[in-house]
Amino acid sequence: MTDVTKSAPQGSETKRLLREFWFYFSENRGAVIGLCVFLALVLIAAFAPLLAPHSPTLQNRDALLVPPFWEQGGNPSFLLGTDAVGRDILSRLIFGARQSLFIGCVVVSIALTGGIILGLVAGFFGGWVDAVIMRVMDVILAFPSLLLALVMVAILGPGLTNAMIAIAIVLQPHFARLTRAAVMAEKNREYVMAARVAGAGRLRLMFRTILPNCLAPLIVQGTLSFSNAVLDAAALGFLGMGAQPPTPEWGTMLAEAREFILRAWWVVTFPGLAILITVLAINLVGDGLRDALDPKLKRS
Amino acid sequence: MIRFLLGKLAYLIPTFLGITIVAFGFVRLLPGDPVLLMAGERGITPERHAELSAQLGFDRPIWVQYLDFLGNLFQGDFGLSLTTKKPVLTEFLTLFPATVELGLVAVTLATLIGIPLGVFAAIKRGSWFDQISMGTALVGYSMPIFWWGLLLIIFFSGILKWTPVSGRIDLLYFFPNGTGFMLWDSLVSGQKGAFLSAVRHLILPAIVLATIPMAVIARQSRSAMLEVLGEDYVRTARAKGMSPFRVISVHALRNALIPVVTTIGLQVGVVMAGAILTETIFSWPGIGKWMIDSISRRDYPSVQGGLLLMAGVVMLVNLIVDLLYGVINPRIRHS
Repeated sequence: MTDVTKSAPQGSETKRLLREFWFYFSENRGAVIGLCVFLALVLIAAFAPLLAPHSPTLQNRDALLVPPFWEQGGNPSFLLGTDAVGRDILSRLIFGARQSLFIGCVVVSIALTGGIILGLVAGFFGGWVDAVIMRVMDVILAFPSLLLALVMVAILGPGLTNAMIAIAIVLQPHFARLTRAAVMAEKNREYVMAARVAGAGRLRLMFRTILPNCLAPLIVQGTLSFSNAVLDAAALGFLGMGAQPPTPEWGTMLAEAREFILRAWWVVTFPGLAILITVLAINLVGDGLRDALDPKLKRS
Repeated sequence: MIRFLLGKLAYLIPTFLGITIVAFGFVRLLPGDPVLLMAGERGITPERHAELSAQLGFDRPIWVQYLDFLGNLFQGDFGLSLTTKKPVLTEFLTLFPATVELGLVAVTLATLIGIPLGVFAAIKRGSWFDQISMGTALVGYSMPIFWWGLLLIIFFSGILKWTPVSGRIDLLYFFPNGTGFMLWDSLVSGQKGAFLSAVRHLILPAIVLATIPMAVIARQSRSAMLEVLGEDYVRTARAKGMSPFRVISVHALRNALIPVVTTIGLQVGVVMAGAILTETIFSWPGIGKWMIDSISRRDYPSVQGGLLLMAGVVMLVNLIVDLLYGVINPRIRHS
């Protein structure tokens, strides 16, 4: 009996799928570049204490607003210069990579888990359960995302953890909608019926039988949400509602740098560039994933 | 059409009620005593507390409070701002034209640049133009706009000194009976240099706010155009011997633009969220900046009203876009 419900691919099958996926993914040059940049960022974040020349919070009182080394008055020991209280910008950027990747991972995990569960329940049970869940999602989507996140942070109190919770709640309806749509499309297919006839319980049907077949759009949405989370967290930090100083978070660094924009361009330029590069790399990967996972595009 | 509209409304009413519940619940979820928060007072005697509580209606059951809240909303009563003691709705309506003006210019800019960019990229698929424009669009899509705004200020205001750093118009100009739309007011006032001043103030915030919608519209236009170019009717038009220009402008473009209209409409939410950041950077006196200021001043009646009104505006625009979509898409109109 259990053999009928066993739909998970075997080892060699997984390998073949992965090879096929890589074949299509690697055709997209931008996606490969994005992936390399992203992996580099992961390494930078992982080895931040080894790579950073200074402590990210150490204030060098005799080196305030030192320009980058190639500018006049630059100091080679502070490659990208220092900020208004004499902290090394490069070191803060390196440690900031940890914050951003951490934010992305946590937000996507919360949003993905919540969205999948709600979407599965709504799609699987239908009826009033579906109606209630989806109307709540509509309400969340009716607010401009950043505004809702801001208000939630006002309720929960400023800080990185609360900002992450707020962003996850705002991003979560997208996952719920996608999962629900996929479940509705899959639940009347024959293999689901076969599993049901074979005696699979509701939980097993939802999570083991149906869910694996809905993963492709969720993976793509997950990447997009990762970059959105990095952007929104930086925006909240910039508005003073995210990570609090002296945390080396890129958005918070920009907020602290605002008053110096016309005097010291480097304190503003580099943190923003770091955000842009990170988000761009993830979006490139997301585009590549979408092309590689979308069977309609594959055939064309 | 009527049935289509009624069907939409059946969806919108529960969503709208949900929004009011969020705005109503917001104040009650805030840490601290909601009576003190909404009255903007602290350290008061128990008698004064009871008086305020009765005045604001906090002494009644929660569902009565909600129904009252809802009733007041329908009479246009959103409460009083704690900072100015003026009705929140008046505050909102005074500042709203500034945001509408900025948003309209931004969306227009995004559409006028985004659509041609995407359409040409699709026609010249795989060319250097396609690669560069889509690369630029992806950079725009990934842009932290608050940083982009600061960079533009450094370059155009700091180095070139072409544009002012903040505000909507130079202080020497004043329009006593203005509409609140600075471009229009300055144009009809006839005051020398006023219009130019308004444009110079508007241009950088508009570019910043247009960046993400422009990228989204360009990408969407390209994929919509590519899809349409592969359709049978385009092949038929080509086979009939029509000029490539006619095939593209008459047969392909008109059909490709249908989904793009929806995309443009959906950008209103994006623009509202973007306005919060853009207006903060450029000290643009619109509702985005007002919301941020209200949050930091703990002016909770304003935050509550603003939350509700902004969500209401987004919903309303989305409804209009849905209706427009029904009008321009024959498949929906005739079904």
